[in-house]
Amino acid sequence: MIDTLKKIVVVTGHYGSGKTNFTAALAMRLAEAGKKVTVVDFDLVNPYFRTADFADAFAQKGITLCAPEFANTNVDIPSIRFDLGGLAAQDGMLLIDVGGDDDGAVALGRYAHILNGYAETGELDMLAVLSFRRYLTRTAEEAMHYLQGIERASRMKLTGLVNNTNLGPETTTQMIEESMPQALKLSELCDLPLLCTTAPDHLSKPDTGTCPLMQIPVLVQLPWVQV
Amino acid sequence: MEKVLMKGNEALAEAAIRAGCKCFFGYPITPQTELSEYLSKQMPKRGGVFLQAESEVAAINMVLGAAATGTRVMTSSSSPGVSLKSEGISYIAGSDVPAVIINVQRGGPGLGGIQPSQADYWQATKGLGHGDFHLIVLAPSSVQEVVDLVSRAFDLGDQYRVPVMLLSDGLLGQMMEPVSFPEITAKEVDKSDWAANGTKMARKHHIVNSLYIEANDLEDIVKERYARYAVIEAEESDAEAYQTEDADIVVVAYGATSRVVKSAVNKARAEGIKVGMLRPITLWPFPKKQLCAACENAKAVLTVEMSMGQMVDDVKLALECKKPVSFFGRTGGVIPTPAEVYAEIVKLNGGAK
Repeated sequence: MIDTLKKIVVVTGHYGSGKTNFTAALAMRLAEAGKKVTVVDFDLVNPYFRTADFADAFAQKGITLCAPEFANTNVDIPSIRFDLGGLAAQDGMLLIDVGGDDDGAVALGRYAHILNGYAETGELDMLAVLSFRRYLTRTAEEAMHYLQGIERASRMKLTGLVNNTNLGPETTTQMIEESMPQALKLSELCDLPLLCTTAPDHLSKPDTGTCPLMQIPVLVQLPWVQV
Repeated sequence: MEKVLMKGNEALAEAAIRAGCKCFFGYPITPQTELSEYLSKQMPKRGGVFLQAESEVAAINMVLGAAATGTRVMTSSSSPGVSLKSEGISYIAGSDVPAVIINVQRGGPGLGGIQPSQADYWQATKGLGHGDFHLIVLAPSSVQEVVDLVSRAFDLGDQYRVPVMLLSDGLLGQMMEPVSFPEITAKEVDKSDWAANGTKMARKHHIVNSLYIEANDLEDIVKERYARYAVIEAEESDAEAYQTEDADIVVVAYGATSRVVKSAVNKARAEGIKVGMLRPITLWPFPKKQLCAACENAKAVLTVEMSMGQMVDDVKLALECKKPVSFFGRTGGVIPTPAEVYAEIVKLNGGAK
């Protein structure tokens, strides 16, 4: 999937589907492949547990991070000072992590007129990250409802799906395999390609059939995990 | 039910609906907002009422009104919002009606900040409003326990006719964890002798009130309430003891902080240090018996909180100063790390070997 991604990748989905982990892992992999990568923490909803948490890890890999100016501070002021249009125009890849489901996607709508231009010229992917172990997106039908909400709020069109089914630290290989029928059904219902299924890289490889498998590290951790 | 991944605030809201909560009145504030957001979407679909009031003061008085009818009712806020609700909570206690109040704590005092905190321990257990009264205060430490304690909060409130607070914090509210919703059967409590839910012209009307004209009458009613509190203290205190049987050092922590402490205890245990943890699940009534039992053979007790040290007072009172009690905490929205707590344990154990 990494080789076929467009220059601009917008990552959306229900909060808790694992967007941030996916975006961070994808950014690092692209950087390791020698690409110039900029990541935008475009979460104007969640106060903490966000892409900006990876600032140090990104810096080590030469990834540029743009985040709302008060991200991870003690105030709830969802203001952004970076110029998304300018970032879209620059060289290299741009990953935009849109937090907070359809409510979060409203802010993206502010830039739809710019980003849709790139979509028309085939320079933009808009992915929906899904977990069928996330409450209220347990089935293809429920998930479709969410995706439609995100498209409405952002005034943009999705171009592909990422099956990121997980149950946090309790994710199993079997759980991922069991999610495949729903993922394929959603792909059919929405007429969107299922680009890949992810699995934590410490698990044994799940059988994802014809769908490409992307093994990724679990980067998002709760504060008590490391001593 | 199969486990799903949920955010603490969301799981709390879903658990409340499943526990039979029919009314929610609130006013938004970070970091509890997902809770009211979830209820705003779900309550109308599931036969309940969600109402965003014009202020916290209005919301808590709506809670009092709904509670007076015997309906299961809840409100939620975060630290500064709970302060605003304190007057109404006193009225609810003085009216002997059940209600569930959620505090997803953030940094204080004043506007403080939106990062997690436990600096409202004193407020919740000792000073939430004027007058002689207590709330039952429950402190979950995982998203699953948030779910389990919400239904217990409603049951306890109905059983004793007292307001019950669930003391969460920003960390528990914002984090995602696997959770399942057990089949719950709400305890059926007969409210027919007090609920102001319509006489149908068939009985004398009920009065829900906290004003008493005669001082002696007020004293009697307060004493009757304190007799109920004594039963609650005897019956309902709860705590989790973790590896305390042979512990030389007992760490006392509640809520999200106990997760940090558990990591530190596990690391210290792996290195042969005899350390355990006592985690209060009820903050009022404070689990004095459980704490004393856990500390029986301990040489040192350490309390860890996301505050400048508040529960540590109750730990000292419960132990009647028979054991040395020290404190470690971070405040202002800073979360203590397992490494910091581990270092404190090593210090109490006589330093690095």
